[in-house]
Amino acid sequence: MSRFWRWLWTIAIGVPIASFAVWAIADNARLFFVTLLNGLTLGALYFIVAAGFTLVFGLMRNVNLAHGSLYLLGGYIGYVVAERTGWWLLALAAGFAAAALVGLLIQVLILRHMQGQDLRQTMVTIGLAIVIADILLWIFSALAHQMEAPAWLQGPLRGIPLINAYSAYRLSLLAFGVAIGVALWWFLNRTRVGMMIRAGVDDRAMLAAAGVNVNLVFALTFAIGAGLAGVGGVIGAVELSMVPGEDTRLLLASLVVVIVGGMGSVVGAALGAAILGLAETYGLAYAPTYSVVFTFVILVLVLAFRPRGIMGRAA
Amino acid sequence: MSAARWRKAMSTGAVAFAPETSARALPALAPAAPRAAALRAIKPRHLLVLAALLIFPFVATPFFAFQIGAQSLALGLIALSLTFLGGYGGMVSLAQMTVAGIAGYAVAILGSSASTEISLGWPWWLVVPFALTIATACALGIGWLSVRTEGIYTIMITLAIGVAFHYLVLQNYSLFNGFQGFQKVYPPIVAGVNWRDPLPFYFLALACALTGYFFIKYLLRAPFGIALQGIRDNARRMNALGFNVIAHRVVAYGVAGLLAAVGGVLLVWYNGLITPGSVGTSWLINVLVIAVLGGMKHPIGPFIGAVVFVLLQNFAIDLIDRERFNLVIGGVFLAIVLFSPDGLLGLWARLRARLRLGPAVAATARPPGRN
Repeated sequence: MSRFWRWLWTIAIGVPIASFAVWAIADNARLFFVTLLNGLTLGALYFIVAAGFTLVFGLMRNVNLAHGSLYLLGGYIGYVVAERTGWWLLALAAGFAAAALVGLLIQVLILRHMQGQDLRQTMVTIGLAIVIADILLWIFSALAHQMEAPAWLQGPLRGIPLINAYSAYRLSLLAFGVAIGVALWWFLNRTRVGMMIRAGVDDRAMLAAAGVNVNLVFALTFAIGAGLAGVGGVIGAVELSMVPGEDTRLLLASLVVVIVGGMGSVVGAALGAAILGLAETYGLAYAPTYSVVFTFVILVLVLAFRPRGIMGRAA
Repeated sequence: MSAARWRKAMSTGAVAFAPETSARALPALAPAAPRAAALRAIKPRHLLVLAALLIFPFVATPFFAFQIGAQSLALGLIALSLTFLGGYGGMVSLAQMTVAGIAGYAVAILGSSASTEISLGWPWWLVVPFALTIATACALGIGWLSVRTEGIYTIMITLAIGVAFHYLVLQNYSLFNGFQGFQKVYPPIVAGVNWRDPLPFYFLALACALTGYFFIKYLLRAPFGIALQGIRDNARRMNALGFNVIAHRVVAYGVAGLLAAVGGVLLVWYNGLITPGSVGTSWLINVLVIAVLGGMKHPIGPFIGAVVFVLLQNFAIDLIDRERFNLVIGGVFLAIVLFSPDGLLGLWARLRARLRLGPAVAATARPPGRN
């Protein structure tokens, strides 16, 4: 892209957003900044869920449409564990473990036998999504399950300039998102397994030729990706409550995040999640009945001008 | 058509045209040949199926004619659009139910419904063409967006579009009436016939389904269909041959969109209502389930899939005690995808091959559909 076009794009996108921001701050500064925080915290949740999705896709070219179901599964397991033990961190671990285990089983028992048949793998995950969602509905009924925030994160945080008070738990989501993002970055860039995964994203055949057990790397990545969905489920269970149907919502969010951000890129997932979170919350705050349209417009614009996403590279 | 059969067709064509004499004799033969070939293609089993379809509503109870028959035909038409796109165009779109839903919403908004403050109350002969046009235009738009991507990406983008439309109609009250949607969207009374009655509606659906089926059968043999299948098998080669790949794909989305729109109009008349649930994720996926269940290798597949689907939907409650329909349909879908990727048609072809050849030969025979 030439310098001229880059400037043109910056102006074409930046000026409307900047003018909206100026108008909104002048109109009601508190609403604007609360919405900003809401958007970023929602984006953090989306990032946690979508990071696993994009990781799995990047390595295996496998669209796991059961990702939303794994999110719901992690949330329900976390809910049960928190109910029994009262330890929220334990619930987090349980949610991760349960989703990772189910993900591992899916990979080892089913998807491994269809390597290279992208479409069939995707259809299998669709079937699994239907079955898992219905089993969860069977066990946990259609009632909304709301988890309590851990004691040390309950109640609002006071004394923030401009906003006055903001939910401590919501704010902690931001920290969670950053922590998981940093952990993922460290894992991918500083460990041996991470190196293998990155090499696999670039060239699977060469990685196998170099003597790495690719199947093991695949299984591990799938488990981590599924586990991240489970973690997202436990975190989301406090903020959004668990109802059948949340799985498709989070699946849609993951899809949009990775399409916008670029598939297989963790940085892209962070960027896409932030954009989607902000677009959704600002849409809800300022134009309630059309909030989805903003998401859609972003999707269309990105697809029309950068079909592989903002951070995407040619496969 | 596979690459091997393509080559064969091309080479036999070249042989036929090589000698001067046969080339001159050909034009004289041409007008009679297609009709004779078409007549020869009609086998007893085709007439049997047609007769069964015509007699069925008179023999069966109105419940069967309406709930099972008409619903299967309408759903089959929508699934047929996916089979055309996915099986012959190589683009699996999950947004076909969305296109059908757009047509349904257009019928409800332009025509008459219980929500008189939104519905415009136009007459049916204005409403239906408009609904079909709007839905086809939207399908072209969806196609224009999705053809920028390939294979697996197409599924994700069309799913995202479909779910986004679902949330739009759910949240928007000024145009789409939000959660409630539109009630009492009934087919019109034309020529003294109330098309909502089971028998007329069944025949309306049958006429639409047969038209759609034969239209697709024709299209697959027409130059456009052949080119589309060539693009599915090797887009780069077709591009090198001078075909406009993008345009063919977008038009395929448009054709599929028209079929889905007809199915959508039928479906909204069948249900008598349209709600955000009609275009929800489960229905987006159900269309794929129907198409895969029947088999994507022949246009009859989606109708077989639809019949099985509707039967399961109506009788799954008897199969296992409670409302575990999704579990049953998900399990059946999973089993089909895992064990017979070509659906029930593939299962049937394999069974027939085994019966015909006998067990000893079947072991060495090539599985059908792999060449």
